[in-house]
Amino acid sequence: MTSAAPAKTQYEAVIGLETHCQLNTATKIFSTSSTKFGEPPNTLIDPVCMGLPGTLPVLNQKVLEYAVKTGLALNCQIASYSKFDRKQYFYPDLPKNYQISQYDLPIAEHGWLEIELVDKETSTVTRKRIGITRLHMEEDAGKLVHGGSDRLAGSTYSLVDYNRAGVPLLEIVSEPDIRSGQEAAEYAQELRRILQYLGVSDGNMQEGSLRCDVNISVRPAGQQEFGTKVEIKNMNSFNAIQRAIEYEIERQIEAVESGERIIQETRLWEEGSQRTISMRVKEGSSDYRYFPEPDLGPIEVSSEQLEDWRSQLPELPAQKRHHYETELGLSAYDARVLTGDRAIAEYFEATIAAGAPAKPAANWIMGEISAHLNSNTSLTINDLPLQPESLAELIGLIEDRTISNAAAKNILPELLEKGGSAKAIVERDGLGQISDQGALETAIAEVLTENPKELNQYRNGKTKLLGFFVGQVMKKTGGRADPKLTNQLLAKKLNS
Amino acid sequence: MASIRELHQQLINNERSAVEITQAALDRIQALEPKLHSFLQVTADQALQQAQQVDAKRAAGEDVGLLAGIPIAIKDNICTRGVRTTCASRILENFVPPYEATVTQKLIDAGAVMVGKTNLDEFAMGGSTETSAFQLTANPWDTSRVPGGSSGGSAAAVAAGECPIAIGSDTGGSIRQPASFCGIVGMKPTYGLVSRYGLVAFASSLDQIGPFARSVEDAAILLGAIAGHDPMDSTSLKVEIPDYTQFLIPDLKGKKVGVIQETFGEGLDPDVEKSVRQAIQQLEDLGAEIHDISCPRFRYGIAAYYIIAPSEASANLARYDGVKYGIRTEDAENLMEMYTRTRAQGFGSEVKRRIMIGTYALSAGYYDAYYLQAQKVRTLIKQDFEQAFNQVDVLVSPTAPTPAFKAGDKSADPLSMYLVDLMTIPVNLAGLPGMSIPCGFSETGLPIGLQLIGNVLREDQVFQAAYAYEQATDWHTRSPQLDTGNEPPKQQKKAGKQRG
Repeated sequence: MTSAAPAKTQYEAVIGLETHCQLNTATKIFSTSSTKFGEPPNTLIDPVCMGLPGTLPVLNQKVLEYAVKTGLALNCQIASYSKFDRKQYFYPDLPKNYQISQYDLPIAEHGWLEIELVDKETSTVTRKRIGITRLHMEEDAGKLVHGGSDRLAGSTYSLVDYNRAGVPLLEIVSEPDIRSGQEAAEYAQELRRILQYLGVSDGNMQEGSLRCDVNISVRPAGQQEFGTKVEIKNMNSFNAIQRAIEYEIERQIEAVESGERIIQETRLWEEGSQRTISMRVKEGSSDYRYFPEPDLGPIEVSSEQLEDWRSQLPELPAQKRHHYETELGLSAYDARVLTGDRAIAEYFEATIAAGAPAKPAANWIMGEISAHLNSNTSLTINDLPLQPESLAELIGLIEDRTISNAAAKNILPELLEKGGSAKAIVERDGLGQISDQGALETAIAEVLTENPKELNQYRNGKTKLLGFFVGQVMKKTGGRADPKLTNQLLAKKLNS
Repeated sequence: MASIRELHQQLINNERSAVEITQAALDRIQALEPKLHSFLQVTADQALQQAQQVDAKRAAGEDVGLLAGIPIAIKDNICTRGVRTTCASRILENFVPPYEATVTQKLIDAGAVMVGKTNLDEFAMGGSTETSAFQLTANPWDTSRVPGGSSGGSAAAVAAGECPIAIGSDTGGSIRQPASFCGIVGMKPTYGLVSRYGLVAFASSLDQIGPFARSVEDAAILLGAIAGHDPMDSTSLKVEIPDYTQFLIPDLKGKKVGVIQETFGEGLDPDVEKSVRQAIQQLEDLGAEIHDISCPRFRYGIAAYYIIAPSEASANLARYDGVKYGIRTEDAENLMEMYTRTRAQGFGSEVKRRIMIGTYALSAGYYDAYYLQAQKVRTLIKQDFEQAFNQVDVLVSPTAPTPAFKAGDKSADPLSMYLVDLMTIPVNLAGLPGMSIPCGFSETGLPIGLQLIGNVLREDQVFQAAYAYEQATDWHTRSPQLDTGNEPPKQQKKAGKQRG
C-alpha cells in the first residue's frame, strides 16, 4: 500500500501587459516644443503643453501616422472614425488636470503579435500569438521630483518638470494571453523590435520611453474564471519584467495555498531586493469622468491614407526571421539575433547583397563585429567605418582561399577602425595565402632541419607532434601558409 | 458718436490724429468709469503707444486700414500678452499671459488700439456681470440696472461711448443679451468662424468670440477683422472670409424671414413684445416675406445647455489648482489641501455651482442619463433649425424677454429668466450666427433688442436683414444720457441672476 499523498494543485498564471511607448516625433503631440530627453527642467515647454488658460491643442499629424503604422504592424483594425477624450484626475504633473487620451473609440483594436520562445536546452522554437486588445494615442504627463522623500507621501516639497508633459504616447494593451515571465519578456521585446523597425520609438526602457505595467493573477489550471488581478509597475528592463512576474506568480501561489485572499492592488517591483511590494490598494475603480475632447475634431483616416501608410511599412522582425530561416537557411537562433536590431539586419542584408554567402556573413556579424560594438557602447552598426560591401569582400577572400580565417581576423581591427577595402589591405601587407607547393616544401624542409629532436620523436611514433610542425610552418610564413595543403605536404614529408 | 468710417475719415483727412482719438476715448473712460465700472483695467499707456505707431505709419506715408487708430475694449477672458487677464476671478487675479490671443493679435495687426480689459461674469458664467469677483458694472441707460452679461463690461463701454467697438464672447447669449440690454449691436458668429485661441475656455463647444458696435456696419467691419481660419484652433473653420460690408444692402425684397413662435409666450415683457412685433412689421415693409416658424424642441435647450456647458467647464476649470499660475493658498499642509483651499478661495459661488453640476453629470453612472442625453437634445435642436432654414433665410425673435433688470433684483419672474435663456442658448447649441440689434425702448426708456439668426456661415443674411432694418429706423442713433460730473455712490456687490 502506498500512502496517497494529495495531488499537488497545478497553477496557471494569467498575464496581460499595458505598455506606454513614447513616440520619437520631433515635437509634442499637441504643441511645438521639442520632445528631447534629458534637458534641464522646464526648458522644453510652451503655453499649450503647460495648459495655460485659453490655449488649445492641435494634433501633431506625425503622431497619427505613427499610431496607425504601429496598429497595422500589430495586425489591428484601424478605426476609420476615432476621437480624443478627456481623462480627468488631479495631479501636479498633469498641467490641465485632465489627460487628452482616447476612451471608447481608440485608433486601433483587435490585433496580435507573435512571440518566439526558445527552449535553451533543446534549442526548439515555439511560436505563440498574443492578442492586442487596443492601441490608442495620448499625452504624457510631466515628472515630479520629491524633496525629503522619494514619494509624494512624506515629502516636504515637490518640484515639477514639464518637459515630458505632452510627449506623445501610444498605449498598447494586450489580451490576457500571456502565461509566464518569459512570454511577457518576449512580448515586450518583440513589441520594442516592431516599434524600432517602424522607426516610431527608440523603446528605451531606462529613459522611460517604453514602460510596461503587468496585470497578473493565478488560478488552478483548468479553471475558467480569473483570479484576483494585481498590477505590477516599475520594471526597467525586460529581465526585470520576467523576474517580477516569476516572483509574483510564486507569491500569489503561496498566498492561495496558505488560504490567503489575493487583494486587488498595485505593487512595485524593487530591483534591489528582487521582490514586489504593495504600493496602493485599489478601492473600486477610479472614475475618470471621460468625455469627448471638444477642442479636437474627430480623427478620420481615409482608405487612401491608410493604404499609403500600409505601403510604407518595412519588413517586420517576424517576417524577417521567417525569411532568414526559409530563404537563407539560417538557424532560428541566428535569425533571431540578426533581426534583433533593424540596423543589424539591414547591415547583414547589405552584406549578402554585396555577394557574401549568408552563413559566414551571419557569423562575422554576430561574432567579431558584435563583439566590437559591445566593447564600444557609444557605437552603433551604422557608425562603423567597415561598410557591408567591404565585409562581403573580406568574406569573399576567405571563401576563395586568398587569405586564411586567421589572416582575416588580423586585418579586421583595421577595417573596423578605418574602413576601406579588404582586398587593398591584403595586397598592401602581402597577406595572400601561400598555396604554392614549392614555396611550402621549402618552408617545411627548413622547419624539419631546425627541429631535429622533434622530428626524431615523431618518427619514433609521437605523431601528435604534427600540430607542432604545422605551427612552425605557420610561424615561418607569417600565418599565410594554406593550412590544408601544409598539412598534406607535412604528413607526406614526415612519413617518408 | 462717430462710427469707424467717420473716425477713419477724420484720421485720413488729418482732422484728428490716432493719439487724439485715443486720448478722447481715455478721457471719456476716466470721466465715466466711476459711474459705470465697465473696465477691470484701462491700458492707457499701451493704448497711446499703439496710437502713436499708427500716426507714425501715416506720417511715413503708409496706408492704414479702417481699424487703425480705432479704440477698442477687450473682454477680460481674452488673453493679452503682458496684460493681466483675470476672467473677473480671484483665481486669476495675478495672471499675465505670456502669449496673445489670435483675435487680439489680428486687431493689433489691423492697428486697432486696445484701451482696456472689460468686466464680465466670473469666467463668463452669468447673465448680468454681477458674478464678477471685482466690481459691478452699471447699465448706461439706468445705472441702477445691470448691463446684462456675461460680456456686460464690453457692452456698457460701447453703449456709453467709452469706445466705439468692443470684443465679447458668447456661450449661451453673453454677447447678444448685453447688447440688447445696452441698446447696441452684438453678434455671435458661426461656431468656428473666429479663433478661440487665447479665449479662456468656459464651454469649449459653445464659446465664440464676437463684436460689439453701435452700428451694423461697424460690427461687419470688426467681424471681418477677427474672423478666419487659425491653425492654432482645431475647431476653427477653413473658410474664406468675405468683406461683410458688401452685404449691407437696405432692401429685403424676396427675403424670407421666420418668426420663432416659441419665443412669444408667457413671461415676455409687453413692451418687448410690442417692439419686436413692430420690428417684424418693419421687415415686412422692407420687402421681406414673413413666415411663422415653429422650433418645438427649443424649450429643451436650457436643460441641455445646463448639462453640456457645466460638464465642459468642470474640466476646463480643473487647471486652476494653484500649482502653475494664479493664486495659491498660503496655509496648505499637503497637496489635497492646497488644491481644495486654493479652489475654495479662488472661485466664486456661481463658478463652484457649475463645476459641481458638471462633475456630477460626467460621473460614472450618470453620464448616459445626463451628458449623452443632453447631446441628443442638442442634435434635435440643430434639426429644428435645419428644417427652419429650409423655409426661410433669417429667423427673428426677441433677444431677451425683458429689458435690463435692477442690480441685485431677486424678485424677477423665474419664467422671464427661463425665456431669456430659451432665445439665445439654442443658437449656441446649433453653432449658428446670431445678432442682437436695437429695436425700441420700453416705456421706462430701456433698450430692447431684436435677435436675428442665420444658418451656418450665413452671416451675410443676418447682416443684410440687420442693416436694412437699422437704416429704416433710428433706434441706434440714440444714446444714454450720462452725467459725467458726479461721483455716484459705490455699488454694493449682491448676488444676482445667473446665466451663461
